[in-house]
Order: sequence, then C-alpha cells, then structure tokens
Amino acid sequence: MSILLLVIIVGVLATLITESMPSIKSLGIGYLWGKVWDPIQNIYGAYPFLIGTLLTSFIALIISVPFSYAIAIYLGEYNPKGWLSDTLKNAVELIAAVPSIIYGFWGIFVLVPLVRTLEMKIGVLPLGVGVFSASLVLAVMIIPYGASLGITLIRMVPSPLKEGAYALGATRFEVIRNVIMPYTRTGLFAGVLLSLGRALGETMAVTMLIGNSSAIASTFKEVLFGPGNTMASVIANEFAEADHTLYLSALIELGLALFLVTVVINLIGKRIITRFTNN
Amino acid sequence: MENTIVKAENYNSYFGDNHVVKDVNISIHKNEVIAVMGPSGCGKTTFLRGINRMHELIPGATSKGKILLDGENVYDMNAIYVRAKIGMVFQRPNPFPNLSIYENVVAGYLLNGIKLSKADKDAIVEKSLTSAALWKEVKDSLHKKGTFLSGGQQQRLCIARAIAMQPELILFDEPTSALDPISTSSVEALFHELKANYTLIIVTHNMQQAARVSDRTAFFYMGELVEFDDTKQMFTAPRDQRTQNYITGRFS
Amino acid sequence: MEPKLGIRNVKSMIFKGVIIFFAFLITVPLIIVLLYIIKQGITQVNWSFLTHVPAPTGEKGGGIANALLGSFIMVMMASVVAVPVGILAGIYLSENPGTKLAYYSGLCVDILQGVPSIVVGIVVYFWVVKPLGGFSAIAGSIALAIMMLPIIIRSTEQTLKLLPDSLKEAALSLGVPYHRVIIKVIIPCGFAGILSGITLSIARIIGETAPLLFTALGNNFLTMKITGPMDSLPHVIFSYATSPYDDWHDLAWGASFILLMFVLTLNIVTKLLTRKWKIQL
Repeated sequence: MSILLLVIIVGVLATLITESMPSIKSLGIGYLWGKVWDPIQNIYGAYPFLIGTLLTSFIALIISVPFSYAIAIYLGEYNPKGWLSDTLKNAVELIAAVPSIIYGFWGIFVLVPLVRTLEMKIGVLPLGVGVFSASLVLAVMIIPYGASLGITLIRMVPSPLKEGAYALGATRFEVIRNVIMPYTRTGLFAGVLLSLGRALGETMAVTMLIGNSSAIASTFKEVLFGPGNTMASVIANEFAEADHTLYLSALIELGLALFLVTVVINLIGKRIITRFTNN
Repeated sequence: MENTIVKAENYNSYFGDNHVVKDVNISIHKNEVIAVMGPSGCGKTTFLRGINRMHELIPGATSKGKILLDGENVYDMNAIYVRAKIGMVFQRPNPFPNLSIYENVVAGYLLNGIKLSKADKDAIVEKSLTSAALWKEVKDSLHKKGTFLSGGQQQRLCIARAIAMQPELILFDEPTSALDPISTSSVEALFHELKANYTLIIVTHNMQQAARVSDRTAFFYMGELVEFDDTKQMFTAPRDQRTQNYITGRFS
Repeated sequence: MEPKLGIRNVKSMIFKGVIIFFAFLITVPLIIVLLYIIKQGITQVNWSFLTHVPAPTGEKGGGIANALLGSFIMVMMASVVAVPVGILAGIYLSENPGTKLAYYSGLCVDILQGVPSIVVGIVVYFWVVKPLGGFSAIAGSIALAIMMLPIIIRSTEQTLKLLPDSLKEAALSLGVPYHRVIIKVIIPCGFAGILSGITLSIARIIGETAPLLFTALGNNFLTMKITGPMDSLPHVIFSYATSPYDDWHDLAWGASFILLMFVLTLNIVTKLLTRKWKIQL
C-alpha cells in the first residue's frame, strides 16, 4: 500500500512532465517570462499568471499572518482552556471546513459589491472582481492553517522556561516577546510557509473572484484592484477549452510548475516542523 | 535435574553492537520464586525478555545461546507458542483499554481466536481472578472496562490474564515499580500464593522486595550474572565483592 | 523603577487587547458567511428541491437531486478505495518507522497533502478520462480518493503512534501473532482516531470542486451510470453561481446551504464520535 503512494507521486510527476513536453520543447524556458498569453494567436507566456499567483498569495499571507499569530498566541498562551477558547477553536476549524466554492460564491455576491463601492471612492475601474477581492477571501481561508499549527507550537514551549522569565519579574508581554516568540520562531515561520503552499494552489474561490484577465496591469492601483489570473485559475478556466496541443500543454506546464513549487514549499515547511518538534 | 524448569546456557543478548547480557548460565527449579536484581542497565530486564522471546521484537535486538524450557530450547520453538506458554507481567499495568475486565482475563484466548464455551470462560475468569486475589473486588463489575480499576487492581488483572493461559512460568518485569505502597503489598502477598502452582521470575531493583518475596536471588551487574544463591544467604553473606557493594549501597 | 513598571504593565495589557481583538475578529467573516448562506439558502430548500433535477432555462422550479445523488455516489466510491488503502498505509507507517520505504512513503504523503486540487484534476484527466474516452464519475471518484488518502493515512498513523508500546507487548506476551495484535488490539484501540480521519476526509472532499471540473464534469440529469459524467453539489454551485440567471443563483444558494449542512454535520459527527469512542488509556 505504501508503494502505491510512491507510484501515485511518481505517476503525477511523470504525467505532468510528458503532457507538458510539447510546450517545454517549443516554448523553452522563455515561456516563464513571456508576457503575452494569447491562445488565438498561439502565443503563450506564463508571466501574467506567475505574477497573479504571487501577488494574491502574498497579499493574502500578509493579511492573514497577524490573525493567525493572534489566534495562536491567544489559544496557546492566554486562554488555552475553557468554553471561550473551545468556541474560538471550533470557529477556526469551521473556517477551514467551509468549502472553497462557498467562499467564492459568497464573495461574488457579497464581497464584490462592497469592493466595487470602495473602488468607486478611490477612483479605479469599479469591477469588484480582481486581485484585491481574491486576496481577501484567500486570506480568510488560509488563516486556520497557520493558526492551528501555531497553537500546537506555542503550547510546546516548556513551562520552566516561561516560569524562569516570570520569576525574574517579566510581564506577560515580555514573556511572549522574549521567551515564546524566539522559541517558536522557526516553527511559526514553517506555518507561514504551509499557508503559502495552500494559497498558491487554491483554485475555486480565486477563479470566481479574480476576474480572469491575462493582461498585465501597469499602475499600482490597477495591479492591486484590477482583474488578474493565477496559475490555478487559468487552468480551471481554460483547460476544458484548450483545443490544440500546444495550448493544452502550455496549461499543463503551468500545472507542473504549480506542483513543483507547492511540493518544495510544503517539504521545507514540514522539514522545519519535524526538526522543531524533535528538539 | 528433573526439577528444573528453565535453564540458560551461555545466553547472550545484544542491542545492535551493544552486548547487554553476557554469557549467563542459570538453572531455575519448579515452584520457586526467583528475584533478579541489579542496578539500572545491568541487563536484568533484557535477560527476562529473552526467556519468552520478547527481546527480539525490538529492532536491532539479537541473542545467542540457549534458553531451555522443560529441556527444550525456546529458540528452536515457535516464538508465538513460547510466549503463549510463558506468562508475563509488565512494569506498568497494561490491561487492554478496549476490553472489559472479563474479556481482559480471557484476552489470551480471545485474541488468539480460540473459541471457548461460555461456561469454560466463566470458569477460567473466576479461577484466574481468584488466584490473582481480585475476584472479590471485581465480581460485580466484570463487564466494566479494565482501565477503571486502580493501579494495583489493574496489575493484578494483568496477572490474572497471564494465569488464565495456564502457564508453568510467569515473568514479572518490575511489577510494582509503578504502584503505590499499598498496591505493592497486595501484589507481593500474591506472589506467596502463586508459588504453590507456578514458577515466578521477578525482576526488581528494590532489594527489600527481593528479600521479602524470593527463595533465591540472582544479581546482575554490567550484563553478567554475578551471583545466584539462596536469598537469605545472599543478603547476609554475599560471596562476591560486587554483590556486597550493591547490597550495602555503595553503588546503585 | 516604579513608573517604568507601570508602563511595562500597560504595554502588556495593550498587547493582550490587540491579540484578543485580532483573534476574535476572525469569527466575523465566518459568521457573516454562514448567516448569509443560511439566509439565502434555507428558503430554497423544500422537498421538491431535493427530489427534482434542474429545470431547463427559463422554467421555474427544479432542484438538485442529480447533484445530491452524484455527490453521494462519488464520495462513496472514493471512500471504498481510499479508506482501506489509507488505513493499511497508515498502519505500515506507524509500525515500521525508520525503514527506507516508510521514509519515502511518508514523504509522498506530505507531497500529496500539498498538491493543489486542480493538479489532481489534470492528472486524473490523463489517467482516466482520456483512456476511457470521456468524462465519468469513476474519474471523479479517483480524483477524490487521491485527495482523501493523505488525511486518512496521517490520522491513522498518528493515532496508532500515540498508543503505548506496552499495549502491543501485552498482547504479544500472550502469544498472539503480530497480524492479530494489529487487528484485535491496535485498530480497536485507535478506532476513534481512524474514524475521525475518515469523516474529516469526507468532509473535506465533499466540497472539492477543482478536481471534478475535468473528471466528472457535470450532468443535468439523474444518473447512476458511473462511466458517464455525473453532477455533484460543488459543481452545481459553481456552474449556477457563475451563470447570469437569478433563479439559477437561487438554486446555487440552496445547494450551498445543503453542502454547508453536510460539512457542518460531518464535523460535528467527527467530534462526537471521537468523544464516544475515545478509549481511556
């Protein structure tokens, strides 16, 4: 049975590589930097999607980190037991449990109009859908991953260490900043990495909210609020329509890139955590 | 010699390259209570686990030499059969948490898939629990989970579980080290009663316990069997300097 | 000394306030999403909604019976494959730590856990859809099974690793053969953990859309043919939510409500099961 796992992973990799071969051969490495994606003209460049993926993921990450750290510190240190913390913990688990499609659907009908109003106020094209909306929803979706790992890590801080600091007259804040944070720093960083891995591969909610435009925005406001596309969303949107080999295989090459990036990020994250928990 | 139940001949145990039991020769009679004592890491537990072939379950663990059970080398027999024939009680009480007290006693049959009639099972349960001095305490709650009992009761339940398999020999690996003094004395009292029907080998690091319960005592030091003699003799006039040092507390 | 202590205490209090603020702020979007879905969805749900297939464009009424049945069939088929494989692999990993095979399969579980669901969709498209010559429920189930595997494997492995060695030794010392120890002692004792892994993995995949897009596709008719395209709850939400018609949106709200209820129920069931079956060690 364990061998089956190896077969699956090797099979996934092999399938992705063979099927993206036509694109790798004819487009070469320049594919990654090509700025134009125009299937009708048979021109393929992945740059807009790489940027879109990185942009949405990092914005989401920046928004989510204060929340997941706060939850981790609150449930790990301030209030680890009792009904209030149980409720909060269940709420966080629930956030992770709600399917991505529901976030996307809700986003279209509730978040998008709100963002549209905001966009009218600050003077950008009021589309509503775009990088900003997608990142907001993505941020909510990835908070639980960083948070639940953070709770476990903070609870693992040996209490003699904390008591030592308290005995020297440190305040709670100082204990958190000078004892807990340094002790858990690498582990919390791994949590951020794992959230990033989630964000990069998230498909449905982003596909529904990002606006699906393969053009590259020029101004800052447009970059942030304008429509875009991520690697995952372009695959979801265009895979079924891809009617010739190069088009299809260019999309699969995106999948291959996505696979490799998430694998690397996940393995680094897991490695850090394993080392942390073994110490 | 007819009286001998277990005999070790040039028995050695290893963890990888680590030689933990060195060339042990010992011969144990029927219906004896043997205490095996020595400082931590002297190989006493490893030796005990060699007798019923539990030692080899640890990755990297090997052994050499013979352990004769009723004249037959256990290393030539099927390991499963050896373990079923020799009872064992562990350091911490380990009743099966998913089974009731009743089921725990007959666990050896249940888990091996041996079918018994209800009447047979009832008889075995009552007899074993009575022998383990637990019957009176639990006869009204036989179908509760074994983990609800106190530590001492749990340990006696584990002894009943071993007795139920009708072994000739029962191995005890520091059976009271996880128990409070009252539970300890209840288990120690039991040793005296079990002696009539079984042979007991008890590993302990508690010298008073060895002196209280055993007929003969084996002293292990650095993997060697240093001395094996009548308990009284050993505690009053040990022959070996190292035994002397241990008993008088020079090292522990 | 004195005034400085005051400042330090104030700082500590402010920090605590900020932490509590951020920690609880997260419940706001959750509550908004849940309430909104419930409010929009609950009015849609009635008996005919659950028992009818979607109405053709322009007609009133219609339901999601096809999607309900499709989700049920595909989740079942995925479980039939993933549960035994996952449990066996989990047992292997927990019983043989340190071997080369265990190391590499552990690595594979980590990788599998991180694979974006859309990539699973692509791969299964080439493994199943293309060779079989069309979209099918089988393909959808295989994609879902691949998503389930790592969750079941990890929860089985972790549950079994938590069981003390003494338990295994107790059984072995009674002369019980190894495979029987696993079946009769280890699995029953870890039952709660294994079961919760299964229900959690179902809760997770029942809402998965991306791997179904290129595998099971969708189907507006009630079907039990597993070699043909089949609809599912998340897919019905996706296609109706992105459509321009208001009454289709209503259908999607109803479907979202049902899906949400399934996910919530599965999560609660997981919690209850764990509590009920939890064995006192």
